[in-house]
Formats: sequence, C-alpha cells, structure tokens
Amino acid sequence: MSEPQTAREPMTRPLPAPAVTLESKPFFDAAAEGRFLIKRCQACGEAHWYPRTICPFCHSDRTVWEEGSGQGEVYTYSVMRRSPTGPYAIGYVTLDEGPNMLTNFLDVAPEDLKIGLRVKVKFQDTEGGPPVPVFVPA
Amino acid sequence: MTIKGKAYVMGAYEHPTRDAPDKTTAQLHAESAKGALEDAGLSFDDVDAYFCAGDAPGFGAMSMIDYMGLRNVRHMDTTETGGSSYLVHVNHAAQAIAAGKCSVALVTLAGRPRNGGNRPGAAGGGRPPQGLSDGAPEAGFESIYGGSTHNTYGMCAMRHMYEYGTTSEQLAWIKVAASHHAQWNEHAFLKNVVTVEEVVSSRMIADPLHLLDCCVVTDGGGAVIVTSPEVARSLKRPKVKLLGAAEAPKVQLGGKLDLTHSGAVWSGPKAFGEAGVTPADIKYASIYDSFTITVLMQLEDLGFCAKGEGGKFVADGNLISGVGKLPFNTDGGGLCNNHPTNRGGITKIIEAVRQLRGEAHPKVQVANCDLALAHGTGGSLGVRHGAATLIMEREG
Repeated sequence: MSEPQTAREPMTRPLPAPAVTLESKPFFDAAAEGRFLIKRCQACGEAHWYPRTICPFCHSDRTVWEEGSGQGEVYTYSVMRRSPTGPYAIGYVTLDEGPNMLTNFLDVAPEDLKIGLRVKVKFQDTEGGPPVPVFVPA
Repeated sequence: MTIKGKAYVMGAYEHPTRDAPDKTTAQLHAESAKGALEDAGLSFDDVDAYFCAGDAPGFGAMSMIDYMGLRNVRHMDTTETGGSSYLVHVNHAAQAIAAGKCSVALVTLAGRPRNGGNRPGAAGGGRPPQGLSDGAPEAGFESIYGGSTHNTYGMCAMRHMYEYGTTSEQLAWIKVAASHHAQWNEHAFLKNVVTVEEVVSSRMIADPLHLLDCCVVTDGGGAVIVTSPEVARSLKRPKVKLLGAAEAPKVQLGGKLDLTHSGAVWSGPKAFGEAGVTPADIKYASIYDSFTITVLMQLEDLGFCAKGEGGKFVADGNLISGVGKLPFNTDGGGLCNNHPTNRGGITKIIEAVRQLRGEAHPKVQVANCDLALAHGTGGSLGVRHGAATLIMEREG
C-alpha cells in the first residue's frame, strides 16, 4: 500500500532525456533557450504537432518553425498513482494554435486539475538531455 | 481467387539520395511515398492501405501512418522478411485488393546505414551522429511523459466522463459482468465474483481507473487455425465461418485528436457491411477488455449503442450471459480470465469460437449462438492504436 498523500500537494516528476532527431533538434535547441516552437505549414496555413518536415495535412514541405503562444487548455488527463516518485499527471493540452499535444501537468495538485483548465508552458530539466515542455496552471 | 489481372502497380519512385546526413529515416519514407504518389497521379488521401517492414521506425505501421498523415488507411501489413519484404507486400496488397479490402496500397522502404540510422528490426541500435536518434519520430515528444497503458486509457475515460457523463459505477458493471463469467472458468486468473461497490472502492491506479478496472497480467498463449472451405469440410470439428473482417489504425494526425472514439468506428461498419449483418443480429461478442473503458468505447463505436450511451448500455448486468442483452467475454475476458503477454487479441477469437461451437461453459453458453463478433484494439486508445473486427457464423 502506498502512503496516504498530503492534501493538495503540487505534483512534480523527474523527466528522462528526450530522444532528439534531426527533425526535432531545432525544437529542443530553442527549448534550451526557453522558447516554445511549433511548426506551421505555409502552403495550407495549419499548425501541427508533433513538429515534422512534411505537413501531415497537405503534405507540402513548406513547413516553418514559429514561436508558439505556449498557452492552451487541458483536453484530458490522468493522475498516475502507481509511481515510485509520487503521483504525476499525464494529459493532452489543446494549444491555442489548434493542435493537441501530450504532456505532463506539473505544479498543480491532483484535486485542482480539471478538463478546460487554462495552462501555460514551462520548460522542465531532464536527466542528461535538453529541457522539455510541461504545462502548469496559467 | 487469384490475383491475376486484379491489381496494378501504378506508381514507382526511387529516392535520389545515396547519403542522407540531413534527413531522418521517417522523412525518407514520407518523401519516397510522396514521389510514388505523384508518379501515379494520386494523393496521400487516396491511400487506403499501408505496407512497411522493419526499416520503418516506431510502432508497427502506426508511427509512419501518423507521421505521414495517412488519414484514410483501413488495411495494414508489416510482414518482415528482410530485403524481400516489399515484394511480399505487393503480393499481399494484390490479395487485399482482389478481396475488395482496399484499392490504393502504399509500400515504403527507407533507411540511413551510412549515417548511423537504426538497423531494420533492431530496437534502437545504430550510432547516429551528434547523439541524435533516428527512431520513432514521435518518441521525443511522447515517451518522456510517463505514458503507460493505465494512464493513457485513464485519459480516455476522463474525457468520456466529461463529454457524456459516464460514471465509475457504470464502468464497474463491465468488470462485474466479466467476473460473473470467470467464476465458471477453472483456468481463470481471478475467479471471484465482484460487486460494483468493490470495483469503485478498489485502489485508484490512474484516475479515473481503479485497480479492478484493469485487466489481469498473465503468462500464456493461444493459437488459431484458419482453413479453406474444402479443408473445413474435411475436418470433424464444428464449422465457424468468417463472414466479415476489417481493420483500421487510429493515430494523432498532426494533433487533431478525439479520444472519445476508437478505430472501431471504421473497422466495425466495414466488417458488418461485408458480413451483411447488423449489431442487433450478434448473439455473442468478444470485446477487447484491457480496461473497462476499452469495452465501453468499443461497444459504442461498433454500434451496439449510440455514442455516449455506453454507460447506460453496460449497466445492470446487460453484458452478463443469461441476464443481459449482449453476453460478452464469457471466459471472464482479459479483465478476469487471461491477458497473455499483455495482448488480449487471440483469447477474444478463441472464446467466440467456443460459443459458436456450443463449447463454452454450460453456465455461460449462449443459446443458439450462431453469430458472433470478436473485436480487438492494440497499442493505446489514448495515443495510437490498431483496431480489428471479425464477424463469424456457425455453419450447419
């Protein structure tokens, strides 16, 4: 049995290093500078996630990096209770630019996390890799 | 049936690169696909079947379908026979086209052995320059966040509850029904009958899923034999005839996500259409039950009830054999009986065969069970998955 949890304790989570590819390197280089980039297609105008070279909607290669707002709302989440480092929340955030992205919700107590909650990006250090985007209450 | 004259190779493209230090393997697959489609005069949206082998990074065909934004794929094949895989794929594509399963099949190959790309079939491996990965393109944006089956299915349940008012008590009825069946199965991992109260008061694993919303973890195995009508007629066992079969991937498609449904919304209607029957005709259903929410979403998507009505449909014992309208997983399912190597697909087929043969346990055998469905989902409903539906009939 796990220890009873202190009420309204904000969640934290140690994060492993992400696998960085040639295509995602600009994203993680910017993340190291605290900038949140997304990709948008100049041919169809759509933003997509995760970022890639060829637009997943119209298949043009005219995709470009742009600075994202880093703002969005919780689409869904689940608090993982079976964790040696304490409970953590995984979920999707719907970015203001449109796409949904998988993330962790940190600095929020499980009881305060709700679908529709406004959140903003925060870069979290990883174990031996570049920082990665997580989301915290806006 | 023969493939002779039934299929054509209408697009072909050889990527011009011989040294690709500046592109990922996923990108080379996509560029090659684009070249072949342009050569044929077709678009990515025309593709309804995708074939790849071990050189394609990620989870089977799913990662590349997602990466390339193939939103209309309804047939997949990842047969791996090394360098001959792509000829095998054309053979399989021709068979699928001849059978009416698809009309435009895309076959891709790509890799970067000169630049430390992953060796086909190897998990990771390779020595990419600058410590860069050439593996699953989504990994750097997903695997860091601690997704497991529990919490990614938990995300689906959370959204379903938000949109449709589904309750933990309704989900619990699915486990209760499975436990009523498992009590008669001498091999079941969990044989005890549980109540709704016991399910919802069991330990929370990944909100809103409790311990008893989860399937069992078991060692084991299974196998099935599929034969021609001629061989079937020569054998002594009751004949279980396939009437319909269909499959579909469900991926994230650039972030346009809807976690309230599964790939069954595509595989179900295709399988029912081929079989020429409707959900109301089904006497017994094997429904993939990694978690209670898995069952509820698939029942809705297969058309056993309207979207959002799954909670009401499964309540009050409606899935219990002899009690409700749709007996499901009469072996106790993955929820109570068996989920060998965390893959519940084969046991779903096996119990459907038992029911159609009249060889299920007498306490759970459905009377006059002449039409059954088996449905599976693999991967995660919360991230990306493949769905498949089989409709089978007892003959004679």
